[in-house]
Amino acid sequence: MKSGIKFLLWLAALIVAIGLALALPINGYLMNLLMQASTYAIAVLGMTIVLGYAGQINIAQAAFFGIGAYGVAIGTTTLGMAFFVSLLLGAVVALLFGIVLGGSTLKLGGHYLAMVTISFQEILTLVLTNWIGVSHGPDGISNIPRPHLGFLALDQSQHYLALCLVFLFVIAGLVAWLKSSRLGLSMQAVRDNELAAGVAGIDTNRVKIIAFAACAFLGGLGGGLFAGAFRYISPDQFSFDDSVVLLTMALLGGVDAAIGAVIGTALLILLPEWLRFLKQFYLAVYGLAVILIMIFMPQGIFGYVTRLFGRAPDLPSGAVAPLTLGASVATDRPILEVDGLSKHFGGLRAVDEVDLVIESGSVHALIGPNGSGKTTTLNLLSGIYRPTAGRIRLGGREVAGLAPHLLASAGMGRTFQNIRLFHSLTAFENVLIGSFRAGSGSDAKSRRARALAALDFVGMAARAAVVVSSLPYGHQRLVEIARALAANPTLLLLDEPAAGLNLTEKQNLVALLRRLRGHGLTILLIEHDMDLVEQVSDRITVLNFGRRIADGTPDEVLRHPDVVAAYLGEVGEDVIA
Amino acid sequence: MTIILQLLFTGIGIGAVYALVALGFVLIYRATNVVNFAQGQFAMLGGYCMVITTVDLGLPYWLGVVISLVVMALFGALFNLGVYYPLRHRSFLPVVISTIGASILITNLVLALYGPEPTTLPGMTDYPGISFGAVFLDAQYLVIIATTLALVILQYFFFEHTMVGKKMQAVSQDKEMASLLGINVTGMIMLTFTYSAVLGGIAGILVAPILFVSVGLGAQIALKAFAASIIGGFGDVPGAIVGGLLIGVAETLGAFYISVPYKDAFAFILLFAFLLIRPQGIFGEKIAQKA
Repeated sequence: MKSGIKFLLWLAALIVAIGLALALPINGYLMNLLMQASTYAIAVLGMTIVLGYAGQINIAQAAFFGIGAYGVAIGTTTLGMAFFVSLLLGAVVALLFGIVLGGSTLKLGGHYLAMVTISFQEILTLVLTNWIGVSHGPDGISNIPRPHLGFLALDQSQHYLALCLVFLFVIAGLVAWLKSSRLGLSMQAVRDNELAAGVAGIDTNRVKIIAFAACAFLGGLGGGLFAGAFRYISPDQFSFDDSVVLLTMALLGGVDAAIGAVIGTALLILLPEWLRFLKQFYLAVYGLAVILIMIFMPQGIFGYVTRLFGRAPDLPSGAVAPLTLGASVATDRPILEVDGLSKHFGGLRAVDEVDLVIESGSVHALIGPNGSGKTTTLNLLSGIYRPTAGRIRLGGREVAGLAPHLLASAGMGRTFQNIRLFHSLTAFENVLIGSFRAGSGSDAKSRRARALAALDFVGMAARAAVVVSSLPYGHQRLVEIARALAANPTLLLLDEPAAGLNLTEKQNLVALLRRLRGHGLTILLIEHDMDLVEQVSDRITVLNFGRRIADGTPDEVLRHPDVVAAYLGEVGEDVIA
Repeated sequence: MTIILQLLFTGIGIGAVYALVALGFVLIYRATNVVNFAQGQFAMLGGYCMVITTVDLGLPYWLGVVISLVVMALFGALFNLGVYYPLRHRSFLPVVISTIGASILITNLVLALYGPEPTTLPGMTDYPGISFGAVFLDAQYLVIIATTLALVILQYFFFEHTMVGKKMQAVSQDKEMASLLGINVTGMIMLTFTYSAVLGGIAGILVAPILFVSVGLGAQIALKAFAASIIGGFGDVPGAIVGGLLIGVAETLGAFYISVPYKDAFAFILLFAFLLIRPQGIFGEKIAQKA
């Protein structure tokens, strides 16, 4: 669907919803349900961002919701501030807590984050219950006023519901739009493969913290509106159980879509009405539902529906432009100069004082027996490991010890031995993420064109709209190379690109490498296939036990006695038998 | 001085319970790389099994213990089949969410059947305890400390000196390789869940006379046990024990010297401090990624 039509549909739905809210005679009980659903849904949309897009867990959304609610309650009653000022203030406080929690824990990942958010939830409940001077303790705060919008008083519930719906629609629209934006795609890249996201140029920590902070902010916003809706709040409304309810809503509807959040919330607010017969077993059924959703419907209701109907391809139209590569620094200076590079793991010297010089425009192979330190060297060059010692200069600039995304923006591109793609995204989206690298095409349109050009270069343009996890292995390798090319790297690091390819695919790879070289791209290649190495490389460096044992042209190196010994064993030791 | 000794004793006693539950966490984490958020509910269920057998049915204490632990073992197996096994090939997040779902299910089932009122449970002995001058060593705390110590020693011998223990270690380190060597990986994981549930059950039975049995018992213990295992170094057995004791002592001292209402917050404050200063914990799980 074109985005213009989507927008019109969205606008029509908003107008209809507001019209219904204002015109229909809604009784008090139904009104409460609708207000609860619309304010909860805003908080659940936060979960869509953090859990759905960025793949980070948050079991404290009710705490952020509570912070927003208490912001409005304390702001309007105790401090006598205007409603909207209090609303914003509460949401900002939630956001700040989100940044602090996320900033201290997101690096550590999964179970730490789960634990820390639960702890935060518990502490907040303790504080709300015991800090009576501010929160009024377990009694809660009542008589929370509703706002005025200029001459329009929103005192009446139907008017207030209309306000909540406007907030909900705007936020749902923004969250839906976020998904295909640069930031949203970066979040999904982090979710699908954090390591590859970093190497593709994404500042993974920053993206995760933004996602977490946005989630907390929306939690606070929903909570603030909730306080105005019910005019009374108490600590038990924002407990651990409520966080779980918000989590379940996001999962049930479909965690990676804004519409899913709204569906899930509406269902779980209305469900209690239909499940009245369950009485006290109602929360137990919630728990059971969570397990069953995880097992049978991991994509949620909306995910299930979209899978039935397929997904509309989102590709740039028009002719594919040729890919421009290699660029800028075609000097006589070497592209990469590595001096005394070392990496020790405890007592193991995985890489031991390796020197390496790669000339501009050459294909340089790094070979050696298994465990000789080739991939570790690549991990050092791409910033995944920090070197124990040594210098790395890329295009004359010292880059040793930089984070992966900074190395990517300095011009280092790479692929992985065991392919690392963003498995739930399409080939095009994967490559588009590669094009995000700072400085490669300034506007969205040229980046999209470049991504398609990169796919075309490797011969995968026809499969651009396919989700990569359903592509065959050889094609996945090509998409990964295209992703690295989209960033227009100064130096391309390829970690065993021929591994697992059949003979035809290998021949295609050789042709591709030669074309890349023809475009002036400098390549560092790790490969076990000696035929391929001989066919494409200008120079070869050989590692063994982490040390460089030979360096030179293929002819010199492959006949070097040390190299022969390293590969075939020492003559006179174990060969004679 | 006496007061500090008294508090230390109490703290170590309660910390031993956290340590037992943390041990269950660590075992499951090592076998499956999954954090089981329903581990605390295992303790809660253990407590309720005792209530049913000894209070409701009036069975003798030791018979109650035996029945409870058998029930817990069966429950651990059932938990594995229902919550972990169907998701074993999926990533970390779905499994964690599934165990959270299980903890809600268990808590609310018990709540629906037994109501929110806490139940008291008798201790192992009627003997009140020993006095050392002004320091009073409560019998139930002594029982807790002794049982934990015995279990830790037993577990050490089990893992280091029996074939089943070594197989379980192999599975926890590399499932694929273990499977290639002919080890029944599914069976070993089943055994791990069973044993973890029994450990949780023991913790519940031990702590019940002190904290009362209530539905909130599980979450209360689990969060601190989890904090304990992070503080000790995630995935590390000695770490879980040291972390548990540390939290027990910290919250006992904190409640006495600082604030009673915020007693439950001290564990988390300690946790936050560790995450900021030494996120790998005392004994240090390596936090590194591989390419």
